[in-house]
Amino acid sequence: MNELEHPTGDPYGAKDGKDLVSGITVFPMEPHVPRKADIDPKAARRAERQVATMFGLSSLMIIAFVVAFVKIPNTSLISIPIIGVVNANHIAIGFTFGLAILLIGIGAIHWAKKLMPDEEVVQARHALTSPDEERKEVESSFKRGAAESGFKERKIIRRSLLGALALFPVPLVVLLRDLGPMPGTRLRETIWDKGIHLVTDATYKKIKASDIPLGGLINAVPENLLEVEHEEENLNQRGKASIIVVRMDPADIVSQQGQDWDYQGVLAFSKICTHLGCPTSLYQQRTHHLLCPCHQSTFDLSDSGNVVFGPAARRMPQLAITVDAEGYLVAQSGFNQPVGPSFWERG
Amino acid sequence: MSTTEESILAPAQTAPATKGGAVAAYIDDRLASASFTKRLLDKVFPDHWSFMLGEIALYSFIILLLSGTYLTLWFNPSMTEVIYNGSYVPLKGVKMSEAYSSTLAISFDVRGGLLMRQIHHWAALFFVAAVSVHLLRVFFTGAFRKPREINWVIGTLLLVLALLEGFAGYSLPDDLLSGTGLRIAEGIIQAIPLVGTYVAMFLFGGEFPGTDFMPRLYSIHILLIPGILLGLITVHLIMVFYQKHTQFPGPGRTESNVVGFRLFPIYMAKAGGFFFVVFGITVLIAALVTINPVWMYGPYTPSQVTAGSQPDWYIGWLDGAVRLTPNWETSILGHTLSWNILIPALIVPGIMFTALGLYPWIEAWATGDKREHHLLDRPRNAPTRTALGVMSLVFYMILVISGGNDVIAVAFNLSINQITWGFRVLLFVAPPLAFVITKRICLGLQRSDNNKLLHGYETGRILRLPSGEFLEIHEPIGEAERAKLLAKADVIPLELPSAVDENGVRNPKAAKSIARAKLSQWFYSDVIPTPTDAELREAAHHAEHELHQAQSHLKEIESH
Repeated sequence: MNELEHPTGDPYGAKDGKDLVSGITVFPMEPHVPRKADIDPKAARRAERQVATMFGLSSLMIIAFVVAFVKIPNTSLISIPIIGVVNANHIAIGFTFGLAILLIGIGAIHWAKKLMPDEEVVQARHALTSPDEERKEVESSFKRGAAESGFKERKIIRRSLLGALALFPVPLVVLLRDLGPMPGTRLRETIWDKGIHLVTDATYKKIKASDIPLGGLINAVPENLLEVEHEEENLNQRGKASIIVVRMDPADIVSQQGQDWDYQGVLAFSKICTHLGCPTSLYQQRTHHLLCPCHQSTFDLSDSGNVVFGPAARRMPQLAITVDAEGYLVAQSGFNQPVGPSFWERG
Repeated sequence: MSTTEESILAPAQTAPATKGGAVAAYIDDRLASASFTKRLLDKVFPDHWSFMLGEIALYSFIILLLSGTYLTLWFNPSMTEVIYNGSYVPLKGVKMSEAYSSTLAISFDVRGGLLMRQIHHWAALFFVAAVSVHLLRVFFTGAFRKPREINWVIGTLLLVLALLEGFAGYSLPDDLLSGTGLRIAEGIIQAIPLVGTYVAMFLFGGEFPGTDFMPRLYSIHILLIPGILLGLITVHLIMVFYQKHTQFPGPGRTESNVVGFRLFPIYMAKAGGFFFVVFGITVLIAALVTINPVWMYGPYTPSQVTAGSQPDWYIGWLDGAVRLTPNWETSILGHTLSWNILIPALIVPGIMFTALGLYPWIEAWATGDKREHHLLDRPRNAPTRTALGVMSLVFYMILVISGGNDVIAVAFNLSINQITWGFRVLLFVAPPLAFVITKRICLGLQRSDNNKLLHGYETGRILRLPSGEFLEIHEPIGEAERAKLLAKADVIPLELPSAVDENGVRNPKAAKSIARAKLSQWFYSDVIPTPTDAELREAAHHAEHELHQAQSHLKEIESH
């Protein structure tokens, strides 16, 4: 810790102009070249004035900041070239505050660079290794302590202690148990079921096939999502049960995940990407491709929702649909597979 | 520290003459802090612009603590649903979480709130950037070598924690963009074999998104990770202080000294001033350049997403890796292994950070270099290390750019499929190329250094001799430049041990040492030796002769 331990100032030493450690040539320090302010009192006074001006301006900026904070309403807008229309209060207080701080910094650095001594100083490094005797002393102290404790000889104490210490974290882990429920079958189920109406995502209106134009897409949720009143459960169910409903020319449908799962070219698929769970949203009418905006997994909805590109490994689950007596779209059954990202137990 | 001669009554010391002296005496009477304080005030730090990178990281962290504390006064990390009724008109009447509505309140209803949010976000971006560039500086100059390996590991941990902390903060406002990020994080956790589903359920208190996670993430973001960061940063600084800073080679600089300026007053003013400069610039940028305008994204709902979603820059490489990995998934005995997620999100980052943390030992093992190093390497003088660094950097940069493959596709009107495939190929082709090119550049620069040492620098003055011959005048380089160029320790690769000992018996340990020696020879391949003293003398003599010749030619021309 103390460089005074090496009064010669050189624990490694340099010999014959070569550094003993690295063998590189050591050159003498270059002579100090005085700055203008060192020799010219005028230049020094100028530097002094510059520093003081910056500190003074900083104080003024703080006053301006307080005035701006109090006087400029938080709702007033101002138009600034390049930046555009912005909150005047925000800009004014940010500008004055930032400048005030910046001026302190620049002033201090200017002071150091122009007026404080700029002659470099040499300091010796201290050895980062302890002398051998000290290491030996530590070793013997440790051995003495270890012998006094009897840790080595008293096997039964040692083993029982190690056992107790090994078990001591168990409660700390067990106490975390109620952080959340066991997975159970949660990830496999949605609230879709036979006869549940498809309703629009935002307004919860039942959908007729004729509501969707050819090539069109509607975001939908199960009608019984409305019955899930508990906020948290509602959000979670929405995260799983959201679907997209598309309508294409029945002749364009190459394949489906089940026979007659469409209704006159209207197909329903999970909206939740099978890769990492983003809601897929970009649909290309012409190719019937559905693209996930997060990692660009692409699914072909006219061909069983198969993956045609990107990192998703599984096709988009299809929801079998039909219509009720009044012609509204309903589910034939729930999803026949888990929706969303894969997980270890999915199989 | 001897107590034998001390009186048990008041110490017989001279009374301090000034008020400041009295305060110092009061403290010293209780802590015996004089010797430490003296060493602190006199401590010498070397000067170089690149040593400020770590300072920027430290100061950004302090700005983060300050602005973050301010934000906690208004932010409410609750998922309770509210109807927004604040002053941002476009969202009036919209259902949202309290987390999001309190973020809007900070942005629109609290005076200076938006400024603090912007300062916090900008400082976070600067923090991770400064940590990263500081890491590069330490790597490329070999500052991680003995005795500083432990501090390198602490630095690596700080980087990992900084990324986690940044991501946690980015996720808290519960806007549409951050919610999408969390959804992806939850999907990644679910993909962990065996325990993934359980970890996800426990973290989120059930299924995604639930209402438990946001408050939990908040404690992690404002208490747990900053606490660890603060502790590790303190250790990091104490070690820099105790081991003393490394320095670049130059006149008067050796392995056993430190040349620079004292802490008091020079660095007190310079480093202290620099804190205000970093803070001031952060505030000005926060005032003038909008970042993360969460009000434009709207509240999070699990069934919506915006196209062109981009995370903060430091998560980009992970996002890119996830985008590039092909859709591999295997099913074993009824269990799913999602390689498409495990490889980019856990395995590759795991390998990258482990290799980063262990690099000082890997290099020391390969080179057999057990010496202490306080003089920094110029990157060109460690060509293999520099090439490895640039190679890794290119790998990382391709991942970052891949994270914006959709943005690139839209901007340049290209096919996203082709771009993704292009990056997949580049990821494996470009890094080795970068390695070779960088190493060649380093060796070329070393040769040019040797030329400068031997023949001086080219002045650009061309002489035409009466004979019609052209001659460029070379001038010897200055002493400072010489000191810098000559500060290149010659390296000795490990020797290949023979597979059998002197009695012809097979050495069972030979395979390992042979592998090590081969690695060492690879690491030190293409060594360009520094000119010897004799060569330098000879060259100086030669140069002097040439200069004389040129001068006499000049005289001759003038006299004509």
